[in-house]
Order: sequence, then C-alpha cells, then structure tokens
Amino acid sequence: MTLATIDTPRAAVPTEFARGRGGGGPSPKRIVVAYGFWIFILSDIVMFSGLFAAYAVLSGNTAGGPTGRELFNLRNVFIETMCLLFSSYTCGLGALAAERRQSALFLIFAVLTFVLGAAFLFIEATEFAGMVQKGAGPSRSGFLSGFFTLVGTHGVHVTSGLIWLIYLVAQVIAKGLRAAVLRRLLCWSLFWHALDIVWVGVFTLVYLMGDFH
Amino acid sequence: MDGRDRVFDDRTPGVEHEESTANFLSYTAGLVLAILLTIASFVVAQTNLLWPPGIPVGLVVLAFAQIGVHLVFFLHLGSGPDHTNNILALAFGVLIVFLVITGSIWIIANLNANMMPMPTNISR
Repeated sequence: MTLATIDTPRAAVPTEFARGRGGGGPSPKRIVVAYGFWIFILSDIVMFSGLFAAYAVLSGNTAGGPTGRELFNLRNVFIETMCLLFSSYTCGLGALAAERRQSALFLIFAVLTFVLGAAFLFIEATEFAGMVQKGAGPSRSGFLSGFFTLVGTHGVHVTSGLIWLIYLVAQVIAKGLRAAVLRRLLCWSLFWHALDIVWVGVFTLVYLMGDFH
Repeated sequence: MDGRDRVFDDRTPGVEHEESTANFLSYTAGLVLAILLTIASFVVAQTNLLWPPGIPVGLVVLAFAQIGVHLVFFLHLGSGPDHTNNILALAFGVLIVFLVITGSIWIIANLNANMMPMPTNISR
C-alpha cells in the first residue's frame, strides 16, 4: 500500500519524456543552448560582483577630489534607468513576436529596443565626458577609478548588446525566423534582461547611496 | 520542438510556456512593478520619508525586490520542478556574489581599522 502511494505521482509521468536529468535522453537543443547561456550570464554577474566589491571598498577614498554627491545628476540617472527598463520591456515583447513568427512586429520592437539602449548610452557617454572635463577622470581618485570601471564595464556590455542586436536583425531579415535564429534571439534577450538587473545594482549602490552619503 | 507532446519539459529562463496573452500581461506587470520600485528607490534616497539611518537598508531591500521582479516577470524563473536546474545555477551564482562582495567589504574594513596611523601627507 505504501509503495503504491509513493509511486502514484511518478507513474503519471511516462518515462520516455526527457527531463534533462538523465532519463529519456537529452533535452531539446533550445533548452540546452539557453541553459548554457544562463550559466555564462551568471558568471558574468560574478565578474560584476568583483567590480561592485571594488567600488564599495573604494567609494570613500576621494583623495580630496570631488565626491559622488557633487558629480552625480540623479535626474539623468532616472532617465537612464527608464530607458533601460523600457528597452528590456520592448525586448521581451520582441521576443514574443519572434516566437509567434511575426517578423514585422519583431523588427519594430527591435528598433525600439535599439533606440532606447542607444539613448541610455548617449546619456552615459555625456555624463562621462562632462566628468572628465571637470577633472574628475578615472585617475583622479580611488573612488573615481572604481566608478569608471564599474559603470564603464556595464556601458561596454550595453554597447556589445546593441552591436549584437544589429547582427541579429540582419540575420532575421536575411534568413527569417528559423529555429537557429530564434535560439540566438533567446540568448540575446537573456543577455539584455541581465544587463538591466546589473543596472539595478549600479543605480542603487553607486548613484543613490553615493548621493545619500 | 521535437514534435512530441512533452509533459515535463525542462525549462529555461526567458521562455514562457503560457498563452500569449498571459505572456504579454507578465511583461507589462513586470514593467509596472519595476517602475514603481525604481520611483520608490529614488524617492527614498532623496527625501526623509524613511528614518535617515535606515535609508541604505531600505535601498538594498528595494533593489532586491526589483531584481526579483526582473527574474520572475522578464526571465520567467519559477519555482516548479522544471526549473530546478536554473534555480540551482542561480543559487550558486548568488552564493558567489554574496561571498565576493561581503567578504571584500569585511576584509578591507578590517584592514583599514588595523592600519597603523600614518602622517596625512603619506596616506593622502
């Protein structure tokens, strides 16, 4: 009796279905590819954690130079945050459209995502240029070295995400939404969402806490 | 994918298996929640709405809430058995991130506290 009750939930699942845990053969390629990319994203976030730690340790060492409070413009940071958030949203809707093989709709959302990402980068580049002009470049103090390394690395990721998006749009136009292209799109959207998650850490630790101190 | 009706697929972040309307609603709900949490963060940082010494804690809590919203509504991470692999990988990542960040802050604060006092013209 006990054996039967234990076995009941398992018996409902036929053994021929793959579950990625050794039974029934390997998972479909889409699952395997995206899982591998998920591991890459997590390792990328571990790398960012090193930069976050460096910034947290160095943020008080201004060496008599300007502090975050004097340098940061929170209104710009809010606009940057909204750009990235909305581009994450349009990226998600674009992925939905691609999944349903609506390539025209996908292209519209891809363009929106690109424009919002580019707006984010433009605001960030203007901020960096203004800081360097004020003599608050990365070599001014430990705080600014940490700041430019952390925020700059995130900016480089956003830049590579935008270049990757151009490449993917070209593939969608040339090859259509076939399975291989859809897998690449899935990886790219994971990357783009992950960048938004990292940005949440950046605006909280760097800008909001920097303004508060 | 392979033509069979798969009952217990493994799942992967970023893929939702619900109907398309639920999908669209999930992204929109995520967007609204993330905007609200972002506005809350900026308000908390710039006003005295929160008890001032508690503001850093409040900001960290809001950031974690927003990261959770992103994971659930944008990356579609769930708690079901089909998500075990993804959640395990995420948990390991979170462990490493926690060790790196708190370990660095802890060790360097300790070093700073135990530093021999130096004349200001050398230490600066």
